[in-house]
Amino acid sequence: MMASYVFRLASKNMWRHRLRTGLTIAGIAVAIVSFGLLRTVVDSWYAGAELSSSARLITRAEASLSFSLPVTYGERIRRVPGVKDVTWAIWFGGIYIDEKHFFPQFAVDAETYFDVYPEFVVPPEQLAAFKRDRRGVIVGRKTMLKNGWKIGDQVPLKGTIYPGTWSFTIRGVYQGADDKVDEGQFLLHWGYVNEKIKAVLPSLADRVGVFVINIKDPGASAAVSAAIDSGFRNSLAETRTETQKAFQLGFIAMVDTILVAIQTVAYVVILIIMAVMANTMAMAARERMREYATLKALGFSDRFVSILILGESLSMSLAGGLLGVALTFPLAEAFFSATRDLFLVFTVTPVTLALQVASSLLIGICAALAPAWNSSRVRIVDGLRAVT
Amino acid sequence: MSSLISIRSLGKTYRRGNQPVPVLLGIDLEIAAGDYVSLMGPSGSGKSTLLNLIAGIDKPTSGTLLIDGVDIAALPENDLAAWRAANVGFVFQFYNLMPVLNAFENVELPLLLTPLGKAERREHVETALAMVGLADRMDHYPNELSGGQQQRVAIARALITDPTLIVADEPTGDLDRQSADDVLNLLDRLNGELGKTIVMVTHDPKCAARARRLVHLEKGVLIVGGNGDGH
Repeated sequence: MMASYVFRLASKNMWRHRLRTGLTIAGIAVAIVSFGLLRTVVDSWYAGAELSSSARLITRAEASLSFSLPVTYGERIRRVPGVKDVTWAIWFGGIYIDEKHFFPQFAVDAETYFDVYPEFVVPPEQLAAFKRDRRGVIVGRKTMLKNGWKIGDQVPLKGTIYPGTWSFTIRGVYQGADDKVDEGQFLLHWGYVNEKIKAVLPSLADRVGVFVINIKDPGASAAVSAAIDSGFRNSLAETRTETQKAFQLGFIAMVDTILVAIQTVAYVVILIIMAVMANTMAMAARERMREYATLKALGFSDRFVSILILGESLSMSLAGGLLGVALTFPLAEAFFSATRDLFLVFTVTPVTLALQVASSLLIGICAALAPAWNSSRVRIVDGLRAVT
Repeated sequence: MSSLISIRSLGKTYRRGNQPVPVLLGIDLEIAAGDYVSLMGPSGSGKSTLLNLIAGIDKPTSGTLLIDGVDIAALPENDLAAWRAANVGFVFQFYNLMPVLNAFENVELPLLLTPLGKAERREHVETALAMVGLADRMDHYPNELSGGQQQRVAIARALITDPTLIVADEPTGDLDRQSADDVLNLLDRLNGELGKTIVMVTHDPKCAARARRLVHLEKGVLIVGGNGDGH
């Protein structure tokens, strides 16, 4: 009975100053949305790594990712015990129309690439058409949609690493096996690029950026990686082999400071709204000091008064928090639409939702602490004298 | 009549910074059950402090204060709160109603501390509001009621738990003459018909004249109406 009464009284108290309460709730909602979006940005950055197959290794040049490796390494890697499939790829980096129309382009080994990446689902007839046409490309569904392309379209690219103007024919479209697979890539024949570049820039010929390796036993990734790298030790192009996840995390480490800054901002936003909310609750409690004193005079305990203030604070913070959670989904969708080139996925995770709700509760509790303590401690005779 | 309130050598000293400020000095007072006492005196005489001590919302610095045999000054805070809920009805100068609760809910408030069920509470509240002539205003919020009506709601709240003692601090201080008379008539009825013991602080001699007994304080000392000079 008392709990429902406290809730009712707290809810009624909450709306005594509609504008103040409305603005506070709006502020909390904005803070919770911001917190959720910023956390989702960070999560999305890590999503690629989290989704990586543990049975897949990446071999690159030990010196740096910007160095390439001889394509002949592929055969030697294939012979390492524990290796199941090997393919390779290299960054093409062409410009379509201008830099704003960016999409990631890789020259890949057409014969093996899709065996190693079964999550890139291509209809068999389209894959066969791609393999037959050395100027053919397979394009991710999202990039197709974004550019309004259809199968058979010609796509001109201006080479940056590989000079000249290149023209490719779309032979197929891949879809992700699930919604977490990157559907933005533009995959062309490494053999075609290699053949063309031999004539103009022989130094770039027969080179690849990375070897992608599927291994038989995911538990043996460390041993297989060590075996691959030991095979190329003291060569002109030493290798570094790591799991796909470690490889992706290496990329993320380059922007680690930015991610830490984003996370810090997310928590600072919560701290700021906590201070705003604490001020609101302090004002409310001060205004109601005589009412609290009256309740105490009537026989209600100090604890009841504290719970009343806590209840009001929690009602307000949860109202703002739940509104913020509800708004997070459409805003995340809008944010993702506006930044599709940046993120593979942009999913608000259950952890983020739980943190949003927990933050709302924390805001409510922390904001109520000081006023609840002060109001419970105030002497009845002093409270009754308080001017409202 | 037997003594309900028994006060012996009661003193109260506040501290202002490091300075002790004595407000009540050695008060001796007996108030019988069913009595209607008016506390008068100039500002700063200590009458409100004495009322607060009798009501159990403040504690004396010295002396004893027994109410119905209970030494309320010795009660721990939680027990004292429970004692107030069961034994004291409050009527304040500015009514002190909860503005977000309607008349019914305001009167019901003290009953939430009792084991009464919803139906019983409703019955009690309706009876109390009918008694103060506001049966038709149950759903009205304080800001929809006149000052006199608000004070009548406050009186209904004060008597809802059927307390032995009703303390009233300037109950007519914020009212026009007609409303004040209505409120005083109600207090008369509570005392006369229901036998409630009433202790009332007032500045108004007309108001004080409604009481059966007048107690006058000056500078913290009982001048008239103490144990030695009954009225």
